[in-house]
Amino acid sequence: MAKLPPYTSTGEYIWHYVYRSICGLIFLFLIMPIIVVLPLSFNVEPYFSFTKGMLNFDPAAYSLRWYEDILRNGMKAPDAPFDWAWLADTWNNGQWIRAIRNSFFIGICATLLSTALGTLAAIGLSRSEMPYRRLVMSILISPMIVPLIITAAGMFYFYSQVHLSQTYLGVIMAHAVLGTPFVIITVTATLVGFDKSLVRASQSLGAGAVTTFRKVQMPLIIPGVISGGLFAFITSFDEVVAVLFLASPEQRTIPRQMWSGIREQISPTILAVATLLVVLSIILLTVLELLRRRSERLRGITSS
Amino acid sequence: MANSQTAPLEPITAADGTPLKKKLAQALFRSRVRAVSLVVPLFAFVMASFVIPIFALMWQGVYNDRFSSHMPNLTEQLTVWDGLTEPDEIMYEALVADLTTARADRTIGRVATRVNQEYPGTRSLFTSTARKAKKLKPPFKESVIKANKKWDNIKVWQAMKITSQDLTPGFYATALDGRYTVDQGFVRQDENRQIYVKLFWRTMLISATVMGLCLLLGYPVAYLLATLPLRTSNLLMIMVLLPFWTSLLVRTTAWIAILQSQGVINDLMVFLGITADDARFSLIYNMTGTIIAMTHILLPFMILPLYSVMKTIPPSYMRAARSLGATPTMAFIKVYMPQTIPGIGAGGLLVFILAIGYYITPALVGGQDGQLISNMIAYHMQKSLNWSLAAALGGILLAGVLVLYWAYDKVIGIDNMKLG
Amino acid sequence: MSGLTKKIIAIAGASAFVSGAAMAADLTVVSWGGAYTKSQVEAYHKPWMAKTGKAIVSEDYGGGIAEIKAQVESGNVTWDVVDVELSDAIRACDEGLLETIDHSILPPSPDGTPATEDFLPGTLHDCAVANIVWSSVYAYDSSKTRNWNKPTTMADFFNTKAYPGKRGMRKSPKVTMEFALIADGVPVSEVYDVLGTEEGVARAFAKLDTIKDDVVWWEAGAQPPQLLADGEVVFSTAWNGRVFNAKNAEGQSFEMVWDGQIYDLDLWVIPKGSKNKEAALDFVAFSTATEQLAAQASWISYGPARASSEARIGTFHSDDSINMAEHMPTAAANFKNALQNDFEFWADNADQLNERFNAWLSK
Repeated sequence: MAKLPPYTSTGEYIWHYVYRSICGLIFLFLIMPIIVVLPLSFNVEPYFSFTKGMLNFDPAAYSLRWYEDILRNGMKAPDAPFDWAWLADTWNNGQWIRAIRNSFFIGICATLLSTALGTLAAIGLSRSEMPYRRLVMSILISPMIVPLIITAAGMFYFYSQVHLSQTYLGVIMAHAVLGTPFVIITVTATLVGFDKSLVRASQSLGAGAVTTFRKVQMPLIIPGVISGGLFAFITSFDEVVAVLFLASPEQRTIPRQMWSGIREQISPTILAVATLLVVLSIILLTVLELLRRRSERLRGITSS
Repeated sequence: MANSQTAPLEPITAADGTPLKKKLAQALFRSRVRAVSLVVPLFAFVMASFVIPIFALMWQGVYNDRFSSHMPNLTEQLTVWDGLTEPDEIMYEALVADLTTARADRTIGRVATRVNQEYPGTRSLFTSTARKAKKLKPPFKESVIKANKKWDNIKVWQAMKITSQDLTPGFYATALDGRYTVDQGFVRQDENRQIYVKLFWRTMLISATVMGLCLLLGYPVAYLLATLPLRTSNLLMIMVLLPFWTSLLVRTTAWIAILQSQGVINDLMVFLGITADDARFSLIYNMTGTIIAMTHILLPFMILPLYSVMKTIPPSYMRAARSLGATPTMAFIKVYMPQTIPGIGAGGLLVFILAIGYYITPALVGGQDGQLISNMIAYHMQKSLNWSLAAALGGILLAGVLVLYWAYDKVIGIDNMKLG
Repeated sequence: MSGLTKKIIAIAGASAFVSGAAMAADLTVVSWGGAYTKSQVEAYHKPWMAKTGKAIVSEDYGGGIAEIKAQVESGNVTWDVVDVELSDAIRACDEGLLETIDHSILPPSPDGTPATEDFLPGTLHDCAVANIVWSSVYAYDSSKTRNWNKPTTMADFFNTKAYPGKRGMRKSPKVTMEFALIADGVPVSEVYDVLGTEEGVARAFAKLDTIKDDVVWWEAGAQPPQLLADGEVVFSTAWNGRVFNAKNAEGQSFEMVWDGQIYDLDLWVIPKGSKNKEAALDFVAFSTATEQLAAQASWISYGPARASSEARIGTFHSDDSINMAEHMPTAAANFKNALQNDFEFWADNADQLNERFNAWLSK
């Protein structure tokens, strides 16, 4: 903590520490739910609360049963011996395993689609000669602002008419649309700091438009593209309202499964899944932080 | 001297002889085309998969041809009927003809549901009369009323007249707690069926409360993060970003586990003796739960814009104010706060816009009095299957959000949206 | 282009990921989940799979015809057989969302009675075949010691003086309003007549107002046992089979009050355009045969829809001392003050009463 300047009065001194404690409490408020979920997922009883055994750190009160349930739930023969057939059984029939596969498949496809389209659009929008720039920008960013329930309901209605509802393509399209605003925002932010004279220099050296793009622009905006892509991925991975309307039981994603876990089946397995998702978030956050530091290094800004 | 001034100026040409102006215009046009062609793929995609579906749904809010498409003869008669005089034999004849066809095509259920929305209790009237329709003989008026005397009630016919209109303001009227009638125009809905206006107000109230709480909690934290040295603030920023990146459902589940009456907080309260075991606080499945959970989820959206604005305020301003004799409080209020107004506006508007559209959190923890308008929209889409009413409610919500979005654009500008 | 190559590899890898997702399901059967689905899996799915050698995929849903409607209207029907409530079956049939089922495919009872006579009255419809009779009752946890007299009537549920504490009720006017009227003294034979009048509706809401602050509203069938076990509520309305299951399979000490029970039917329906219609019809015929219905009764306490099955009801599958026949909604001791859900009434008035119920809730 920085040392307080010598001219602080007693009142200020007290306030300084009071203020820090208030902020500490607010940080606690922010982080508490995430921390609480972790130990609850090891509860041996099927309850959503801490049992006496858990508070006494009694090892018998903890178990991995909910993590096992992630694998077993939905299997044809959950109690068969652990071998290749068991793995094949859980891969094909496990409800949560299927949800995990769907989440990653849909997430990756939607991210690729939205990143590709979004990056191109952001580059086009960053050019000052783009006509109706503000209007087009508003329309492209609007999926982020329009209430998700309206978007999902509209997509459900329209996609049913064109036979896209209850298909993988429909869900991927929906998620891609919801992810592109993030890609546009982050890539635009990167392009703001982009030095246009580099383009002119490369063109003056004889490079065509495509080569310029590949060799000069792309490497410099890659951090923005990747962070936009990560935002888009996490949006798709975490998205539940559109999936509620558009997906059939075969295409259930992790959040969709958690939703019915909370409303219909009430099993603490969702706490185990929640813990795994928190771990995933931490990994993604770390990746983003490393990217940010890299881009700062590239631009010559360093943190003390 | 005089000579050079009177000689006409030659237009400047480019290397291949075309005038430079024209060449410039051509180059500009080409680069415009390039810029547009970069944007077109996404634009077309967003149009097709987002804008058009929403418009299609909104259209359902004013256009519903269920009745007229399945009961064509009767619709023709109803259009010329004035709505006040007693229906005559021709209308009854059209009714019987249409009921027979609808029963054979198995579309009578849709017609019955549609009229039932307008005049509750008439559904079985349609389905039962349709079953007998084939055997009815003229004079139809007599035989139909004999089959079921409810047909003698002019209100049924008035309801049919309204539903036979394809383009109808009826759904928007219902969404605003009104009804559209044939004889009186717009009237207020019965007292005990008025839910929507109240729900809109409650949505605004809860969103405003959440926005206020986020501001209250987010401002100190953003200030701390902005004024601490970069290393520490990056570390503390993790505590803001981790919730931001964690799944919405994970956080909501966590709150259920924490707030329920056998949950962490209540157990703690009982342990500390603050409350007795059977008088636990009811913190969830009500408005309190919704507000707490939504504040937690939207807090990062307030902190991040505030942080990015506060980072641009040089600390020297505050020191200057102090050196000119202001007390710390005065300096803060008069010098620092006004400079953070853009951040407050950005964060506040963002939180508010997100809050009024929320669906998941109120659905899971809201119980009965923490429901927002989006829950009602989902209910009409999925349970009561009254898609037109859902579209009308959604239309009003969308209009509100677009107005706020336009305000946000004017005040802050969409281009300036930063996500940390 | 290395970027493009990487993308292609990513997509190829992702698709390999999902290649197993297109499971070879010969039939998709959808039901309500939990103990109920389990009873169907044991009594219907497994024997049918053994008999025909085909595979059944079992899905869960939360009721209502929205998914069926979405699938039929999008032309992409993935559900082959669905277990629905009676009012949903009628409504979906009226809207043309279901295949018609010819009752001649249903097998006769072992003593030769044709199916159309063996099934209880009101259980066979154009598009639906009933499988069980289930009931809404209320339950309490007798292990949580209180100085109470045992509650015996529906009026006791609304008596917060003698039985203080929170109550769980289904967040729907269906059943909830009838319970209110029964508790208010309306005889079961007149409940729907009264509820059809404006005064009757007002009376029901007035009775509900007396306990409104103490109600915890549930929506999924699995919630009432959870609420009772957690101690969130002292009473809860629930579906009788779930309570029975919690008591006998999960070891909870729940008791049920049968007075004022409202019984209803669940039926099998086949969404229109199902890709496995033949197999679906075969499954429906098989699972509603006398033996299978009686077998299901040994897994969960819902009554079979055929008269011939009642005689064959045995004991609980894991505990021979429990005679299932006593726990059925239709058992004489339980059936003294029972009301059948009037689906015509609800088909007419569900929308309107739902609105009024929501309005009342938000007051």
